[in-house]
Amino acid sequence: SHLQGSYGEGEMEGDSKADTPDVPPSTDNTPQCLNKALEGLSSRWKNWWIRGILSLTMIIGFFLIIYLGPIMLILVVMGVQIKCFHEIITIGYRVYHSYDLPWFRTLSWYFLICVNYFFYGETVADYFGALVQREEPLQFLVRYHRFISFALYLAGFCMFVLSLVKKHYRLQFYMFAWTHVTLLIVVTQSHLVIQNLFEGMIWFIVPISIVICNDIMAYLFGFFFGRTPLIKLSPKKTWEGFIGGFFATVVFSFFFAYLLSQYQYFVCPVEYNSETNRFAVECEPSNLFMIQEYTLPAVVQNAKTVNLYPFQIHSIALSTFASLIGPFGGFFASGFKRAFKIKDFADTIPGHGGIMDRFDCQYLMATFVHVYITSFIRGPNPSKVLQQLLVLQPEQQLSIFNTLRNHLGEKGMLPPAVEEAQ
Amino acid sequence: MTELRHRGATDKELQHQNSEDKGSETEGKERDGASDNETKSDSGVPEVPVSADDTPEVLNKALSGLSSRWKNWWVRGILTLAMISFFFIIIYLGPMVLMMIVLCVQIKCFHEIITIGYSVYHSYHLPWFRTLSWYFLLCVNYFFYGETVTDYFFTLVQREEPLRILSKYHRFISFALYLTGFCMFVLSLVKKHYRLQFYMFGWTHVTLLIVVTQSHLIIHNLFEGMIWFIVPISCVICNDIMAYMFGFFFGRTPLIKLSPKKTWEGFIGGFFATVVFGILLSYVMSGYRFFVCPVEFNNDSNSFTVDCEPSELFQLQDYGLPPVLKSITGWTTVKLYPFQIHSIALSAFASIMGPFGGFFASGFKRAFKIKDFANTIPGHGGIMDRFDCQYLMATFVNVYIASFIRGPNPSKVIQQLLALRLDQQLHIFNSLKAHLTEKGLLPALEEAA
Repeated sequence: SHLQGSYGEGEMEGDSKADTPDVPPSTDNTPQCLNKALEGLSSRWKNWWIRGILSLTMIIGFFLIIYLGPIMLILVVMGVQIKCFHEIITIGYRVYHSYDLPWFRTLSWYFLICVNYFFYGETVADYFGALVQREEPLQFLVRYHRFISFALYLAGFCMFVLSLVKKHYRLQFYMFAWTHVTLLIVVTQSHLVIQNLFEGMIWFIVPISIVICNDIMAYLFGFFFGRTPLIKLSPKKTWEGFIGGFFATVVFSFFFAYLLSQYQYFVCPVEYNSETNRFAVECEPSNLFMIQEYTLPAVVQNAKTVNLYPFQIHSIALSTFASLIGPFGGFFASGFKRAFKIKDFADTIPGHGGIMDRFDCQYLMATFVHVYITSFIRGPNPSKVLQQLLVLQPEQQLSIFNTLRNHLGEKGMLPPAVEEAQ
Repeated sequence: MTELRHRGATDKELQHQNSEDKGSETEGKERDGASDNETKSDSGVPEVPVSADDTPEVLNKALSGLSSRWKNWWVRGILTLAMISFFFIIIYLGPMVLMMIVLCVQIKCFHEIITIGYSVYHSYHLPWFRTLSWYFLLCVNYFFYGETVTDYFFTLVQREEPLRILSKYHRFISFALYLTGFCMFVLSLVKKHYRLQFYMFGWTHVTLLIVVTQSHLIIHNLFEGMIWFIVPISCVICNDIMAYMFGFFFGRTPLIKLSPKKTWEGFIGGFFATVVFGILLSYVMSGYRFFVCPVEFNNDSNSFTVDCEPSELFQLQDYGLPPVLKSITGWTTVKLYPFQIHSIALSAFASIMGPFGGFFASGFKRAFKIKDFANTIPGHGGIMDRFDCQYLMATFVNVYIASFIRGPNPSKVIQQLLALRLDQQLHIFNSLKAHLTEKGLLPALEEAA
């Protein structure tokens, strides 16, 4: 009971939770075949081998789904999102002993469906413009999309208010907030990932690979050279691992970007072909993915030029972010796990914990890549702009038409005959 | 523990709560175990704000003769009138003042909710907590105001060089600011207080989501036309007052366990009264340009103007009455503004869904065992208490406008157009030309492109 004295009263909840048997004991999820193969080794090496094999398996799985194409990727992202949401909600459920809370699980899943409906609807409206114009029910759904999404959300909100039970008010509000914060983190990130994907598969693959690489490199550098602890939150992280991981990741991303920039499959925006009803990745690669000459700064000896893809310069920015700020996502998750006294988010992957454990460093990366793209790479989506144009009033369309004609005329994009007709 | 329970029983707050609440809580303690412990220990702590009597001296003197119940009634009444008059004054003062007021209300609401979270979690020694909360408020406001400024003040922004850069990289700058706050939070995690800190982080974010997004939607509605700001807020206030009156005079059947004072009679009476009020108010307002025109920023005079040709929505049209009403009133057609039809939808929403926002706030107050959010307004509680029914209204109006009234903002579309690559612009130009030619808006002589 001396623990109760030193912790604040908020911690009391944590203490009593530690006594309850509800914390999931770490079950050993390892498949039988692995167990047999590694029988002979000591426990520490066995753990190392399991982690290693599972890492390889996941990386191979990653390459496999890239090969299978954009639709597969979208489905996998959605699957991961649902699993992450499930893991976090399960933790919240347990933390609050919420066995008897009526409707809680139903409501959480309902809100997940609502928010996903909203986001996917916006994406479909943006990217599948031609398909939507064809089908009548889709047109209706798209035009009133925000209203329908809001109505669905409101229904959930009312259900929540009606489900408030006298003894459980505080718990229910906690879980309501927990659900919303989880939606904010998990679902928005996953949709930004999909938006990045539509920009070009390279904007999906490179950031994720960079974060994975940073994870692995920081671990390896820490393992071999680690001495100075980095932060009290994660005692296993070291400054050597952090800095070594930073440089290794920048180098890795530089070469990886070079490798991927050559293939149209990765570089072209994903487009939906209305005729064939499939996704197509074919285009003229943009400036970003065409080799250009850069003169090296005078510092370097031979002052020669080097041929690079501009994208490689961007990849340096991406890898810097992944190495410097990405770990904060990991610290956040570590703090979260310590706060709620759990070792891992779940036991889905043997040796690694749950899906959330693997994706905690990716939190901020997806948002960063999205913001980076919108700020520095591309402007707005042309088909979305056209769509908005067609919805305006005719007078407004005419005025915009004239503005645009003047603008293009100035830039010399219009043939002279058209200019004269003005 | 017994001492805490005893203190909790005598605490002024609990006297105002349903007494059944307290009784069931003691049983609940055995069943719910640890999670309610936090609830119970809170009620004993003197940190929960005690209802201080804030009434100004002048009012106190004037009402010293009356009994306590009537005095309370009069205080509430006078304050209600004061608030409504204040509302009219700021409307008169124009859009700029309105935006300032919305901003202030937002900051005060945020402050109230954060203060509650602070006291609920005994977060005295949490380092950085208050700084971080206010920092996140600043970040989110910067992001939203930046988006608004970029949309509506496009030409002004293009003129000034620093503004142009800020607007072009706006999302990046906002994200960088937010990230800084995030990293500060991670670095500020202290071993014994992890859970509290995560709670407060979550609390801050949910508060931002509710309070700040709503206030920015209100400002967007305002730019659409002051009528879209005034009518919804008035409908909610009217529903509040009417439901109270109907409940006071006719109330019999309780509506929901959460708020024992609400009755079905109040609810239904308030609904009809609000719809009628909405129709009449929109009739009055639709006649004036000041209310009906979109708020625009005039580059030359550097001020807001509300001058325009009123749209179709605000021009009287003839509507044929259905036979039922024809036989009752003897009129064949009636002259209405189309906006009045929309106002029926708005007031219906305010009457039906608005109360849910109120129930949400009541549940919240019961959950955290507070009587009012704060004591800013005598007789009424805090600012949040007055605005709890408005939560959903602002979002609804915004969604309603976006779905049924207007399309996208033309200046925003131009802005996006000019940001595209030239070949994309050309492609859009051709599509638009084909579209306009089809509609017959363009003379069909340009075949050269």
